[in-house]
Amino acid sequence: MAEATGIKEIIKPENLVYKKTKLMTDNTLSYCPGCGHGTAHRILAEVIDEEGLQSQTIGVSPVGCSVLMYNYLDVDMQEAAHGRAPAVATAIKRLLPDKFVFTYQGDGDLAAIGTSETIHACNRGENILIIFINNGIYGMTGGQMAPTTLEGMKTSTSPYGRDVKTMGNPLKMTDIVATLPGTYYVTRQSVHTPANVRKTKKAIRKAVQYQKLDKGTCFVEIVSNCPSGWKMTPVQSNKWMEENMFPFYPLGDMKTPEE
Amino acid sequence: MAKIRGSIIVNVDKCKGCEVCMVSCPTGTISMAKEVNGKGYNYAFPANPELCIGCANCAMVCPDGVITVYKTKI
Amino acid sequence: MEKELRLMKGNEAVAEAAIRAGVDGYFGYPITPQTEIIEYLMEANPSQTTGMVVLQAESEIAAINMVYGGAACGKKVMTSSSSPGISLKQEGITYIAGAELPCLIVNVVRGGPGLGTIQPAQSDYFQSVKGGGHGDYHLIVLAPASVQEMADFVDLGFELAFKYRNPVLMLSDGAIGQMMEKVYLSPQKERSKVFPDWATTGKPATRERNIITSLDLDPNGQELFNRKLVAKYDKIREKEVRYEEFQCEDAEYLLVAYGTSARVCQKSVQLAREQGIRVGLLRPITLFPFPTKRINELADRVKGILSVEMSAGQMVEDVLLAANGKVPVWHFGRMGGIVTTPEEVIENLKSKIIGG
Repeated sequence: MAEATGIKEIIKPENLVYKKTKLMTDNTLSYCPGCGHGTAHRILAEVIDEEGLQSQTIGVSPVGCSVLMYNYLDVDMQEAAHGRAPAVATAIKRLLPDKFVFTYQGDGDLAAIGTSETIHACNRGENILIIFINNGIYGMTGGQMAPTTLEGMKTSTSPYGRDVKTMGNPLKMTDIVATLPGTYYVTRQSVHTPANVRKTKKAIRKAVQYQKLDKGTCFVEIVSNCPSGWKMTPVQSNKWMEENMFPFYPLGDMKTPEE
Repeated sequence: MAKIRGSIIVNVDKCKGCEVCMVSCPTGTISMAKEVNGKGYNYAFPANPELCIGCANCAMVCPDGVITVYKTKI
Repeated sequence: MEKELRLMKGNEAVAEAAIRAGVDGYFGYPITPQTEIIEYLMEANPSQTTGMVVLQAESEIAAINMVYGGAACGKKVMTSSSSPGISLKQEGITYIAGAELPCLIVNVVRGGPGLGTIQPAQSDYFQSVKGGGHGDYHLIVLAPASVQEMADFVDLGFELAFKYRNPVLMLSDGAIGQMMEKVYLSPQKERSKVFPDWATTGKPATRERNIITSLDLDPNGQELFNRKLVAKYDKIREKEVRYEEFQCEDAEYLLVAYGTSARVCQKSVQLAREQGIRVGLLRPITLFPFPTKRINELADRVKGILSVEMSAGQMVEDVLLAANGKVPVWHFGRMGGIVTTPEEVIENLKSKIIGG
């Protein structure tokens, strides 16, 4: 009888279906509970592992919450100055063209201080993967307004809500890079549900394949949450993200190769 | 008919109690513990282990990668 | 192999020397008076011969961060610019120093502050030897006084950069960058195929992952790292001081000058001696480390020291520290892009020191 099957009989090596990849180190992630960064790190690590690319990978971490990413992924990594990761990655890939090179950047890093580096690396069509985590807020410094903060959204530097007349409009960086001839594959995803995690992982895997084929810049935006900065529980923040972020930053491919 | 049975192991010490796995579980296997772990979080645990189908949804969304999933047919 | 004799601008000599030194990558952005460096490299197109990458970046900021990325892979990479552009690079330079990465940065100095002028100056001395960016760090600073040295210091710069895992700055100026002189060029070197063990080149199963960063959130860890840097700089001060003396043996008065000013002062020494004034010249070749000890020794034998530089008086502070009150030390220099004349130097030596 099924009910009689004990847990001990299920928990056997041959029945294993999911285990944290060995490419994630055992260091405890510095992220707040429920933060999407951990999930995004993990699926990137899974793709690198599954594609057998550990010895070929050089990653670039940003300044922001994920500055310590190099503590969590068991691959060679460089920590870039704020916003400069695409320039750093440009040189890595130019000098070591056979390696898999990625940057991992938040919205302040990529879409504010690093706008120039982002646009020009994409415009040159640098053969790198840029992963862009957009949660509409500066997490590490404690919840200030980001270039991607939604209109009316409250942050510690827009305490009455973002007033677009004085604070500017939320920037759709991914839409901009999709218009550049150097980008090959541009997509916007999320990691807050199992289905979305699977889609994002698929997108990253595609980007890895395209980089092998020397196709140009692949850009994967992950719309994510910031429970602490948004002052919500993780579960609430994911719901708020669906209701508020997704209408302005709709998920889906924005530029796909003509195959 | 073969039936799918699953089981999860939660690395309790590293769980941050965010509940994202609990709401992602299609069968209601997971609950949050009343007790806290060493970091003071009410950690996730398989409160109804017999309901687990080993779909790995919980592990998929766990930001801290603390869930290991097993599945078998019986 | 024999060296090849060519007539070249200082800027061109840097570019040609870089190709011949087996440099892996150059990342730059045009700015007068050093644009010939990137122009020469683009024209020479070494990607087709040595495989050297030459890239015009979108800004000096991007260029120096490309240098960071390439240097962290253990490659021989360099950039060049002139004063306002070097200011833009300071963020990247302090990160490079903090991550202990080897690279070569060439500054063909023009007058400032601000946009200043495009004419030669030596007003970036403080920025070069005292830090430039934030935090406790030093660059190794080489000061060429000829087109030959602009070529030679490419190789020397990389040798020192890799020896100490430290960024090296070649502090030239608009006069040497633009002037044409004969130069003996070294034969072509192969680009290195070996990577330092700390480089990020992809983690094989045989080693731990390599991480290039300048971040340490633990204050004890950061202080430990700062102490490590201090020890490195002390070692550089001990081992790598380079200078040249010109008629110092019997000198009663000492001129201290580097780069273009040293060329001028060499003539001043000659003119002064014709007038019966025994003047000598000490030309620092390394500005960091500074020839402090040698100047201190000479201060025992001379009656006064004149520091000559095309600035409001920057190196003079280091000369003062070196002389340590033994003899009077004065500064003389023109600014705004004006090159000092040998006669002006003598006049100032007379009015400030001899007659003073």
